[in-house]
Amino acid sequence: MTETATTYPSGKETGQAVRRKTSLLKTDALTRRRNAAETRFKIYGVVAILIGLFFLVALLYAIFSNGLTAFNQTFVSIPVTLDREAVEKAEASVVKTSGYNAMIDAALVAELDRAGIATDMRPADLRKMLSSGAAAQIRSFVLANPGRVGQTVTFDLLASSRVDGYLKGRVTREALVNDRNLDAAHLDLVDEMQTKGIVEKRFNMDFITGSDASDSRPEQAGIGVSMLGSLYMMLVVLFLSLPIGVAASIYLEEFAPKNRFTDLIEVNISNLAAVPSIVFGILGLAAFIQFAHLPQSAPIVGGLVLTLMTLPTIIISTRASLKAVPPSIRDAALGVGASKMQSVFHHVLPLAMPGILTGTIIGLAQALGETAPLLLIGMVGFIASNYPSGIASGFFDPNSAMPAQIYEWAKRADPAFYERAWGGIIVLLFFLMTMNIVAIILRRRFERRW
Amino acid sequence: MSLPLIVLVIFALAAAGFILGRARAMASAGGDIRLLHSLPGYYGWNVALAAMIPSLLVLVLWLAIQPMVINGQVSSMISPDAISKSSLSLVMSDVRRVARGLDTAVAAGALSAEQADSIRTEFTDVRERLGRFGVALGSAVTSETLRAAQRYRELSATGDLGRAIVVIGLAVLGAAFAWSRSGKDFRARNSVERVVRWILIAAASIAILTTLGIVLSLVFNTYEFFRLYPAADFFFGLTWSPSFGGGSQLGIVPLIWATLYISLIALAVSVPIGLFAAVYLSEYASPAVRAVAKPLLEVLAGIPTIVYGLFALLTVGPLLVSFFGNGGLLGVNWMAGGTAVITAGLVMGIMLIPFVSSLSDDIINAVPQAMRDGSLGLGATHSETVKQVILPAALPGIVGAILLAASRAIGETMIVVLGAGAAAKLSLNPFEAMTTVTAKIVSQLTGDADFASPEALVAFSLGMTLFVVTLGLNIFALYIVRKYREQYE
Repeated sequence: MTETATTYPSGKETGQAVRRKTSLLKTDALTRRRNAAETRFKIYGVVAILIGLFFLVALLYAIFSNGLTAFNQTFVSIPVTLDREAVEKAEASVVKTSGYNAMIDAALVAELDRAGIATDMRPADLRKMLSSGAAAQIRSFVLANPGRVGQTVTFDLLASSRVDGYLKGRVTREALVNDRNLDAAHLDLVDEMQTKGIVEKRFNMDFITGSDASDSRPEQAGIGVSMLGSLYMMLVVLFLSLPIGVAASIYLEEFAPKNRFTDLIEVNISNLAAVPSIVFGILGLAAFIQFAHLPQSAPIVGGLVLTLMTLPTIIISTRASLKAVPPSIRDAALGVGASKMQSVFHHVLPLAMPGILTGTIIGLAQALGETAPLLLIGMVGFIASNYPSGIASGFFDPNSAMPAQIYEWAKRADPAFYERAWGGIIVLLFFLMTMNIVAIILRRRFERRW
Repeated sequence: MSLPLIVLVIFALAAAGFILGRARAMASAGGDIRLLHSLPGYYGWNVALAAMIPSLLVLVLWLAIQPMVINGQVSSMISPDAISKSSLSLVMSDVRRVARGLDTAVAAGALSAEQADSIRTEFTDVRERLGRFGVALGSAVTSETLRAAQRYRELSATGDLGRAIVVIGLAVLGAAFAWSRSGKDFRARNSVERVVRWILIAAASIAILTTLGIVLSLVFNTYEFFRLYPAADFFFGLTWSPSFGGGSQLGIVPLIWATLYISLIALAVSVPIGLFAAVYLSEYASPAVRAVAKPLLEVLAGIPTIVYGLFALLTVGPLLVSFFGNGGLLGVNWMAGGTAVITAGLVMGIMLIPFVSSLSDDIINAVPQAMRDGSLGLGATHSETVKQVILPAALPGIVGAILLAASRAIGETMIVVLGAGAAAKLSLNPFEAMTTVTAKIVSQLTGDADFASPEALVAFSLGMTLFVVTLGLNIFALYIVRKYREQYE
């Protein structure tokens, strides 16, 4: 040590040794200062963690407080008389739904009468309380059940997004002053109808299973079709990245000689793991769509891009679990006459399998939530309104994916879609959480410590 | 023969080959398994692999090459006149659509195969006729397009037939050759293992191919872009105002500035919080606290970026406006809208907290215990030990971690697309909306842009810049981290 080191560890130098009377029993100013610094430092750490946890809570609160309402939807239940003549006339006209609108008008007026709610609104204005998809809803019922024509059927028709927003507290009377779609007078009616039980808010399965709807009908939009799109993409990712990832890891971990080529692969894998996801989107656009002419917006392309993106993750975790299998297993297999290949495929791989599956599930979860590359291969701006008709069309027909659908909703002008976007996030997080829990359980149950 | 059918036939041949090869080997040994060189299954696999691998490889190659050859042949039929009116790629996509329409019509039984080949625009309204089978064509079909489409169909039919013959022939030949070699002295296991080894190598090489694919797709399109737009203007231009009508100014400087600004804010949020959290978790926290707090913080890392994007757009943005906006709580009018640099930076910072904290945690844990003990033994308090011994020792690693976080921030897309705004601006005010490199890649490449225009191609140059910058940061950071780890191992 140099002579600048003093008996005091505070680092305060005086040059000449100052003798100070100290006692272990009495804390002097310096000790107090140092202890205070110690406490402060500890508090900084606690505060940092609390801030992090606060952000987590705030995020989850924002998601659930805004998104849970998307699972409830306002319905108007009215008995509609499916008059045979009117149905035939409607089916014969060019715009088929307009005929059904007349039926809805009549049914609404009749129902309000029955409930004793007085209104001076024209029937066509009354209909504004319903979704513009209501007529199509009745028509598809008629087409599916031709036998019910001529009877009176009680329908649960979707209320318009404004009415829905009013019951959920998003739309106020003041906000409707300049609104062409609904007037404040409608809301008074809605209040009355609600007390009479005609208008009701309840769980909306269609949000989970349904398809996306156009800009003007947020009340009809659902995430079901894009969920299927995500499912098909995940199938592609699973069936490509698991075998390729495992094969690559086996080679690198068990067979690769130490040479330039192996180093090149290693460097590439570690770099690909850190390349921004949008760059993979550019690759997908240039290689799969521009060059290979695969269809735009198709889950197969999305799956291929996400496969390339998740491969490094899977390879890294697979290698770790292969490495965790002790060499004695390999030696024993080789010792009883197995070839190197047999020792790996018959003994090492099965023992590493739980770890590999855990890594794969985590990789899949990452791929499921990824959005940016999907934007570039055309999975937005596309209204996912049709369910794929079969396996092949599931892979090759344009579709959306859950995160792309959420992005699409977030971009739309009508705030009613924001609620859908948050709701979509809840669905997405549900899947991610399930996958992660499965991964944790797999790891807990099957991972062996050697 | 359709593609799935060919693949199915190959698999059927392979399955048959497996059984036959195994049976032949067993027969040559007179049913005594001990006389065989390898286990009987290996003989079967040997035949099956010989049937599958060459034929599938040729099939993939054929699939890649046939469209190129046909496109080349057909596009030479199109007069320069038609090309000058629109563009070759548009005419060709019309040709393909007409060809597919004819296929549909033949499949629906509305046209006979001969009719489809001989139909002429002079006599029939092809567009109307195809329209009846749900094949929508944008404009009337010219006779040139129709001829090209017919030629296209003809070539595709020939190509498909050739494909089926060559591929299935190869499968049969391969299987027959391997089958003829299946005998009790044939070293089937060695042969199968050699093939499996090559498959493993091929799988490992996909990482190289991916990088190569990224680099090639970026380089080619960037080269195209620089032929249309001067590179100096791109790198040093101070204005970003693309217009698809022409006369765009595509300077990258404002985009880079906003990217760096947002990343800086994100790091300013995440580094102190992440670092203090890591220090606390690794040095002070009891095992129980650590077991709860660490996974909870890491939940933040598992949340998809689209969620953070929405959080920025719909929660944080409006919240910040209610403080700093017009008539806000602070009485200042700094913020015009919810999307701003500060919004995106703040949310990105939240996203990066677990990234910084878990990386730094690893690094702090790697500092040898002896250094802690030494410092404490000399009388330093715990925080003095952390500040004067552990952090200096861990500094290179922490710098590496911060660089990795910076590279993550620069490449982040969804948060800035939703939270940062769309207007490119060179400004110091963090409450203003700006736009970043990644956000502009998305906006230039989504929609129906013509890929040949500089406005679309510029996205590839932006991607190239992004790729080079993040790659450089990553390599540098990994180098630092690795060097630091070696120091204490």
